[in-house]
Amino acid sequence: MAKKDANTPEEVGTTGHEWDGIEELNKPLPKWWLYVFYACIVWAIGYWLVYPAWPTVSSYSKGFMGYSQRGQVAKDVAASQADKAVFRDKIAAADMEAIKADPELFNFALAGGQAAFGDNCAPCHGRGAQGAFGYPNLRDDAWLWGGTLDAIHQTIQHGIRAEDSATRMSMMPAFGKLGMLNRDQVADTAEYVMSLSGNSDDAEAAARGKEVFMTNCVACHGPDGTGNKALGAPNLTDELWLYGGDKETIVETITNSRGGIMPAWAGRLDPATIKELAIYVHSLGGGQ
Amino acid sequence: MKMANVELGGGGASSSGEGGQLYAGREKIYPKEAHGQFRTIKWIVMAVTLGIYYLLPFVRWDRGPYLPDQAVLIDLPARRFYFFFLEIWPQEFYYVTGLLVLAALALFLVTSVAGRVWCGYTCPQTVWTDLMIAVERFWQGDRNARLKLDKHPWSFETLRKKGATHLTWLAIAIATGGAWVFYFADAPTLARQLVTFEAPAAAYFFIGLFTLTTYVLGGIAREQVCIYMCPWPRIQGAMFDRDSLLISYRAWRGEPHGPHKAGQSWEGRGDCIDCHQCVAVCPTGIDIRDGAQLECIQCALCIDACDEIMDKVGRPRGLIAYDTIRNLDAGAESAEPLRLLRPRVLLYAGAIALVGLIMVVALMMRPDLDVNVLHDRNPLYVKLSDGGVRNGYEVKILNKQYVPRAFKLSVDGLPDASVQMIGHEGGIVPVPPDKLQAVKLYVTLDKAGVRALPEQATPFKFVVTNIATGERTEHNATFQGPPKGGPAR
Repeated sequence: MAKKDANTPEEVGTTGHEWDGIEELNKPLPKWWLYVFYACIVWAIGYWLVYPAWPTVSSYSKGFMGYSQRGQVAKDVAASQADKAVFRDKIAAADMEAIKADPELFNFALAGGQAAFGDNCAPCHGRGAQGAFGYPNLRDDAWLWGGTLDAIHQTIQHGIRAEDSATRMSMMPAFGKLGMLNRDQVADTAEYVMSLSGNSDDAEAAARGKEVFMTNCVACHGPDGTGNKALGAPNLTDELWLYGGDKETIVETITNSRGGIMPAWAGRLDPATIKELAIYVHSLGGGQ
Repeated sequence: MKMANVELGGGGASSSGEGGQLYAGREKIYPKEAHGQFRTIKWIVMAVTLGIYYLLPFVRWDRGPYLPDQAVLIDLPARRFYFFFLEIWPQEFYYVTGLLVLAALALFLVTSVAGRVWCGYTCPQTVWTDLMIAVERFWQGDRNARLKLDKHPWSFETLRKKGATHLTWLAIAIATGGAWVFYFADAPTLARQLVTFEAPAAAYFFIGLFTLTTYVLGGIAREQVCIYMCPWPRIQGAMFDRDSLLISYRAWRGEPHGPHKAGQSWEGRGDCIDCHQCVAVCPTGIDIRDGAQLECIQCALCIDACDEIMDKVGRPRGLIAYDTIRNLDAGAESAEPLRLLRPRVLLYAGAIALVGLIMVVALMMRPDLDVNVLHDRNPLYVKLSDGGVRNGYEVKILNKQYVPRAFKLSVDGLPDASVQMIGHEGGIVPVPPDKLQAVKLYVTLDKAGVRALPEQATPFKFVVTNIATGERTEHNATFQGPPKGGPAR
């Protein structure tokens, strides 16, 4: 009984190739395999013609279909924006409270706001809205200009000390630099400001500082030092400090004044995005 | 008996290149119809497997008003896999992995006991090829008629018979592709959409794709798939041993073979009469008398063919039969008792039992409510104006029941904490049926509360209470504060 699965040169012959006495058995590939190979070559040529393929000196072969990945992305973005338009139109038309009351709109606004925050706000306020020196933490409960939905919306639209006719505007005088207060008065006032949050251990200086405070600071920060949101004057009695609550920093603040700037986003972002941002920032835990 | 026009078909696997030919042409195979117990079994297996494949999508399974009622459904847009009483979420894909492991082990077990049973009876390639051959036989006649048809020059008759064959193949292929897409959408709805041309483009694309593969692989390529494309024939050699039941030609009984005339004595010769019926029925065109070989899918049709001949010449059946290499070497039908309980069989069976047990236990313990808590990382905590501290969390509630449920979220282990939830008033979270609901919430401790904490990080628990049943589910979380012993402000 002859084994059909022959494996010797005598049985199946060789291809005639020989290398140092090593011969190759003649075990041919099936023909259809060859045809599949040819089909792949034809496919590849077709692919060159239809899709971008060959580099030229300054450009590349574009292909009949005019396909490009950049164009594909643009198409996908446009399609996704068209999908979102339904919600965005609704958000643009609704007032802030109405958006918050509608779970579908609210969730959409949160997601959109988070994305827009990362693109536009994170450079100053931080990826998690945790703020930085001079840039307020948007997650805590202290708000310079108000933490209600509408106040946040207003701030994002028109900015703070920005080039916008409706911007939030106020100016703290540079008491030391302008010679309105001398060095001792500045130091005493700083001591008094620290005493407002229970951090002073020099009651005499604080008492002297109180007199200075009552003449120069009350207009904005109020007689009890709790600030005024209409003027963006911070509450000096709480435990949060935008620029630092140690004496050196407070002296510097009174001497040179402070006045952070936030751009107005009304012309740069569309109204729906600004509303989404307001909803998102309000949801971070500090919203009032 | 007339058996003269039977030729040795080439498996095409080897040795066909003639004098410098680099590529071997396929030698067409004309399998003859077999009759007998194994052919009957194969018809039944074909009916059952194809029946399951084509009809399963239309089987309904009630899951209540909110979920699809299709028994087997892969719902890609909603990321769910429904299988009768089972529903698998994407993160539970290990159940599918477990099923695949079980299937692989079962394949190993069966192979070590009885060879390529999977290849011979239930592999889709075998089943559809068998069906396509049956169609070919229906329109063009059995082996000899088909051989004659191919030898004749083309005529109207050839065209009619071959055309009808290919059209029928195409119809089967379309039905196969059509059935495939029903597993991915509500079958009755999709069926309506398909005939009114309102179905999504993807459905038509996949029907086209599977029509093409069924037609090409089942109708045209046939045994070439098993011989050249499938890795299994190469792997299965590792699962056989001397005690595996393989389809074998009992050479000790059949040799020396040769033609036999009626009335001649059987003395001094074997039972094999060189009728080549085993070759004629073989769907891969090999000669089983050459022994075990790669091309043999062990479909058992040669057993039927040979038994029929043995009956006619008055010799006992079983010249070709399921037998072990041990018996073949010993040269007797049951030289040694069949050893089923071999180490490898026991190992495979044990592994199946173990994986199966793990699967069953995991399924029984599968909770219908899952809670995940993600602590905000940036920032870890927020200092408040009164010196208090706030932590942000995202709590995800997975409702794996088929009805909507509402849950109350509370905090256990932080006595003075206040909880603020975004978007859900009153601390009540409604979760739709079979959905995940994420809730953003903030836990706040005032200055005294923070001072009272012994550590910077304080473990506590979120408690999710089912409002309807009062059932509680807890999830560990951590409350982060400023470093202990740090600067005063």
